[in-house]
Amino acid sequence: MKLARHYLLPDISQPGKTGCSLPQLDVPPSELPPEELLRRELELPEVSEVEVVRYFTALSKLNYGVDTGFYPLGSCTMKYNPRLHEDIVQLPGFASIHPYQPIESVQGALQLMFELQEYLAEITGMNAASLAPMAGAQGELASILLVKAYHQSRRDKLRKKILVPDSAHGTNPATAAMCGFEVSTIPSNKEGNVDLESLESMMNEEVAAVTLTIPNTLGLFDPQIAEISHLVHGRGGLLCGDGANLNSVLGKVKFGDLGIDCVQVNLHKTFSTPHGGGGPGSGPVCVKASLAEFLPSPLVAKNAGGYVFTTPPVSIGRLGASYGNFGVMVKAYAYIRTLGAEGLREVSENAVLNANYLKEKLKAYYYLPYARTCMHEVVFSGKKQKAKGVRTLDIAKRLLDYGFHPPTIYFPLVVDEALMTEPTETESKETLDAYIDAMKKIAREVEENPEILHTAPHNTPVRRLDEVRAARHPDLRWRMGNQVKITNPKH
Amino acid sequence: MNPKEYRYTQEHEWVCPESGKVGITDYAQSQLGDVVFLDLPAPSTQVEQFKKMGEIESVKAVSDLFAPVSGEVLEINQIAIDEPGLVNQNPCGDGWLARLKLSKISELDALMDSDKYDEFIARSGEEDSE
Repeated sequence: MKLARHYLLPDISQPGKTGCSLPQLDVPPSELPPEELLRRELELPEVSEVEVVRYFTALSKLNYGVDTGFYPLGSCTMKYNPRLHEDIVQLPGFASIHPYQPIESVQGALQLMFELQEYLAEITGMNAASLAPMAGAQGELASILLVKAYHQSRRDKLRKKILVPDSAHGTNPATAAMCGFEVSTIPSNKEGNVDLESLESMMNEEVAAVTLTIPNTLGLFDPQIAEISHLVHGRGGLLCGDGANLNSVLGKVKFGDLGIDCVQVNLHKTFSTPHGGGGPGSGPVCVKASLAEFLPSPLVAKNAGGYVFTTPPVSIGRLGASYGNFGVMVKAYAYIRTLGAEGLREVSENAVLNANYLKEKLKAYYYLPYARTCMHEVVFSGKKQKAKGVRTLDIAKRLLDYGFHPPTIYFPLVVDEALMTEPTETESKETLDAYIDAMKKIAREVEENPEILHTAPHNTPVRRLDEVRAARHPDLRWRMGNQVKITNPKH
Repeated sequence: MNPKEYRYTQEHEWVCPESGKVGITDYAQSQLGDVVFLDLPAPSTQVEQFKKMGEIESVKAVSDLFAPVSGEVLEINQIAIDEPGLVNQNPCGDGWLARLKLSKISELDALMDSDKYDEFIARSGEEDSE
């Protein structure tokens, strides 16, 4: 592969070069502010227009994303998002409206929000939904604030703990702590499910809620969910779901039927908004009737005169300045309406099928700590390879040489040398086979030539980065004029 | 490797009964990978046996550090805070983390000696590879 040479713009700066020419001054020059208020001349690179174009084009060629190749980080980072939705969200009725214009003039937008609330409540099996949370983590925050409001309204002041399984998303304990709860960890059992005995001993009148990621971060659906729900509710607690992994159960399982009281849905993950760079997100929170009166505002309601914004009677309040991330809602709505119930079900079927295909094809080569049918993601352990002196990090780096983005590594923490792969529903069998082939080759290299893994990657624009030095001695400032000239490394 | 005179927890911390120093074991540092940041309690903080006393951040993850015994923090290892790599290089020596004034000597009975600890990590290794 021929790689674009990488350099920084100042490296090719020449004094006097410019990318634009301004017309002659034809008005009297105005006075400059006093000297002490003026900044020093900025040392901007001096380059021509075509050089700027080539520079950024070269940079863009170094990029790797879901548009360039297989990206097994899955929906967590970004699954493929239909291009059609980008067109739809640009329609002036969606893109050009203002949060403060009269609601009579944005009835279409409100209708979309109202219907999306209804769809999400239907998909999750809940009674009500608020679109206010701006991202998944804020949706989780809303869930836990709802739990707090619920217990407070019942004057149940003892409940200051939240139980979180060790296979949960890292945000779950963080959210609980942020809301002032004590967090206790429920261990997993050998099958990767919640250890019921531990839950039984931990669940008491001090526990406000148990938070479950469904399916959990091992990609496993906990079949004891009904018993968990019964136990938690029987002792006065609430059961919160983390719906971040909804991609695997659309149209198959409703959180409400499982006994979940509130759950956030990450629209940007499951319902198609490009968000790999950190946003935008949207994390609507869906609840049972018992929590509906506390929902964050605004909600959209329909009355005789049309659609209106409302605030529930004892709302936990607002989570942002206006109405949530509307653009993400439009894309989610488009996704749901385009696919329909049947299509959404098929999304999950294919996502789960693809993950299990990888699991079956690779389990002879990589240790599978929980050997059972997985959901949308499969977690291998690199421990066979570790015994040969090759770490999961080396395997991930070697995948880059084969032209694949590596999967998530070292997460979940309950698996030694974890390799977590989420192919998503959009990948073809051919792509999966190519990935499987690369993983098999790497497994053979571990046996025959481990050195090639220790020194990987070999074909990338930069070789292995010194993560330890970057973490211990981060150099976060780059100063103009005193940079080291980067020479083209040999490939 | 694991000093005979130390006592060990199931969470892979050690305490030296003589000096009151505490740290993490060689096994712990090998599991964590390169340590990049230490968050240790300020001197004079009271810590409680088996309760969280700080955090260790490695390139892989942030892990809780649990107090092997109860007591008052007398000092923390500033050199290790500045150079967290010490925890990888010499976890039972220069890479110690804090020095405690033990408040309940009897708590040491709840910990493992080095032989028991060696067995403990050998056993957990076996369970892992089933």
